[in-house]
Amino acid sequence: MEIYIFDGSFEGLLCAVFEWFERKPGKICLKPEATFQPEAFTTPLFIHNDPKKAERVWKGLQGKLAKDWIRRFYCTYLSELEEAYTALFEFSCYLFVNPPGAEKNYGNPDVLLLSQIARKVEREKHRMEAFIRFQHTADGIFYCGIDPDFNVLPLIMNHFRNRYADQQWIIYDIKRNYGLFYDLDKVEEINIDFKERPTLLQSSAHVLSEKEGLYAVLWKDYFKSANIPARKNTKLHVQHVPKRYWKYLTEKQV
Amino acid sequence: MSERIREKLNILADAAKYDVSCSSSGGNRKNDNKGLGDSHASGICHTYTEDGRCVSLLKILLTNHCIFDCAYCVSRKSNDIERAAFTVEEVVQLTMNFYRRNFIEGLFLSSGIFKNADFTMERLLRVVKKLRLEERFNGYIHLKTIPGASEELIREAGMYADRMSINLEMPTESGLKLLAPDKSHQDVIKPLGFVQNQIVQFKEERKLIKSVPKFVPAGQSTQMVIGATPETDKDIMHTADAYYRNFSLKRVYYSGYIPISNDNRLPILGTQPPLVRENRLYQTDWLMRFYGFHVNELLNDANPHLDIDIDPKLSWALRNLQHFPVDINVAAYKVILRVPGIGVGSAKKIVQARKFGKLRIDQLKKIGVSYNRAKHFIKCADTPYQLKDFQGTQIKSFILAESQSKYLKTDTSQLILF
Repeated sequence: MEIYIFDGSFEGLLCAVFEWFERKPGKICLKPEATFQPEAFTTPLFIHNDPKKAERVWKGLQGKLAKDWIRRFYCTYLSELEEAYTALFEFSCYLFVNPPGAEKNYGNPDVLLLSQIARKVEREKHRMEAFIRFQHTADGIFYCGIDPDFNVLPLIMNHFRNRYADQQWIIYDIKRNYGLFYDLDKVEEINIDFKERPTLLQSSAHVLSEKEGLYAVLWKDYFKSANIPARKNTKLHVQHVPKRYWKYLTEKQV
Repeated sequence: MSERIREKLNILADAAKYDVSCSSSGGNRKNDNKGLGDSHASGICHTYTEDGRCVSLLKILLTNHCIFDCAYCVSRKSNDIERAAFTVEEVVQLTMNFYRRNFIEGLFLSSGIFKNADFTMERLLRVVKKLRLEERFNGYIHLKTIPGASEELIREAGMYADRMSINLEMPTESGLKLLAPDKSHQDVIKPLGFVQNQIVQFKEERKLIKSVPKFVPAGQSTQMVIGATPETDKDIMHTADAYYRNFSLKRVYYSGYIPISNDNRLPILGTQPPLVRENRLYQTDWLMRFYGFHVNELLNDANPHLDIDIDPKLSWALRNLQHFPVDINVAAYKVILRVPGIGVGSAKKIVQARKFGKLRIDQLKKIGVSYNRAKHFIKCADTPYQLKDFQGTQIKSFILAESQSKYLKTDTSQLILF
C-alpha cells in the first residue's frame, strides 16, 4: 500500500485527491506531515500544494454535494483527527467515481464516519457557543480563552459577530494559539504572547473592570437559586456539562 | 446597593424556578440595528443546574407579591416568605449585563399578580419595551401573559416578546377548582385564543405587506403540574393534545409537583417528586409530535396509565405485536419510525441508505439503531430465521433483563391498594 504525505492543510488534502486520480495507485494511506513516521518498505509520496489543482477538486466537490454536505466536509476537516483525513480522502474518491447522490449511502463506512465526525465537531461548536463566558476587562474588551477539542473558531465566528455587534470581544484559542478579535466593525485573527494562558482571568489580576466581580457573583447566585434540590440529578448534570468545560464556567468557580 | 440586588435576585429567581419552560428556540429576530443579540434558531442552553435542567434564560419574577392563594404555589398570599420586587431598570440592567457575558439567551419574565392583572401586565410591558427600544436588545424574551389583562396590553406585549405563555396549572378543571378556587381554565383559554388569533392575523398580513412587525414569532406554550391532584396519565395527555390542536401550541410542559406546603389537599412534605412519571409523559408528548402517534393509541380507556418500567413506544409495540416484525429494507418511513429502538435520525438514515443495497445488522448498529431493543421488532438482510413467536410479556422480560434502568434506585411511587 502506498503512502501519501500532505502538509495538513485543506488545500493539501484536496491536492492529494487530485494526485490519486492522476496515478490511480489503488488503495493508499493518507497521512499528515506532522505525525508521519517513515516506514522501511514503502516510499511515501509527498503531495505538493497547487492552488489550481485544489480549486478544481473543490469545484468538483461543490458540484457533487449539496450545501449541508459541503459543511460536513469542512467540519470533518476541522476535527484535525487522523482518521478524519483518511475518511475525507476516501469519501472524495468514492464520490467522484460514483453517480450523483452517493453521499446518502450511510451503509458506506466513510460516509458514515464523515457524518459522525462532522456531528462531533458541530457539537463542540455548539458547546463553545454555550459555554464561552466573557469577562469585561478594564480596557473595555470582553475576553474569553478556550481550548476546544476541535478547531472550531472558524465555525463560531459568525455567531459571535452577529450577536455581540455592539461590544469589542476576543475569543482566544489557547491550545492552538490564535484568536478572534472583533473591533465593532470586522473580525480579525490575532496572536497574543501570553505568559500563562488561563481560560478565565483572576479577579486579583486587576485587569478586569470594576463591575465584573459583581456580575460574576450575581450569576453564581442565580445559578444556585435556579436549582431545585429535591430533583438533584448529578449524573444528568455532568452529562450535559462535562467536567472538562467547568474551567470556562463562571458559575463553577469557587 | 449590590447587597440588596443580590437578595432580590435570590428571592425572585427562587420563586420563578418552578416554571419549567426554558426553551430559547424558534425565535428569528436578527441583529440588524447593530444592537446586542441575535436569535439562534435552535436555541442554546448556556448551563445546567445540578438537577439537570437547562438554564437558557434569566428566569425571574418581577415580584412575588400576589393577591391569589393557590395551594400549589410558593408565592401564594397565605405563605409566610420574604417578598421582593424588582424595578424595571434593575431587570433591564441584569438582562443586558448577563447577556453581554454570554451567560444567557434572553429573559423569561413572569410575575405575581399585584393590585390587578392590568397593572401587572403593564409593568411587564414596560420592561420589554425598554429592552427592545432603548437598549436595542435582540435576544430572546419569553413573557407571561397575565390572565385577565386587557387585550390592548397583551397585543402590544406580543410585538416585543418572542414567546408568550400562560400556565394551565392543573390538567383538569376539577383539579384546578380544588386547589385554586379563584381560577378556571376559561381564564387561560381566552388569552391563549386571543394571542393565537393575532399570530395568524399578523402572518396573513405579512404575506401581503413585508413591513408588518413580528408578533410572538416563537409561538405560545403552557405548563401543567403533575401529581398534585389525582388525574390519570390519560386525562393529562388528552388535555395536552386538545391544547396542541386548538391553540397550535409550541410546547406543553409537565412539571412534577414538588411538595412545598402542609396543605392536606396536596401530597405531604418530603414526598419524592414523580420524576419517572414526568419523563414518561414527555416521551408520550414527543411520540405525539414527532413520531406520528395519535394520543388514543398510547393512552385509552383500556390503558389509562403509562408503564413506569418501559417507555410508551415499547409498551405500544408490545400491545400491538400484529404490526411486527417490520422489514427495514421495504417498510415505509412512518412504519420504521414506530419501531422501538429507532429514532427520527436513524429512521431517516435507513430510508436513504437502503437505496444503495439491503441493510445488514452491523450497518444498522453503526447507523445508531439501538439494536438489542429493535431486534425483536425488525427484519433485515441477515436476520437469523426464527420459528418461535414470542409473547409480548416475554419480549418485555428480555429487554428489561439486559437494560439498566436509571430510575430503579429512585423509584418510590406508591402502590395502589385496592
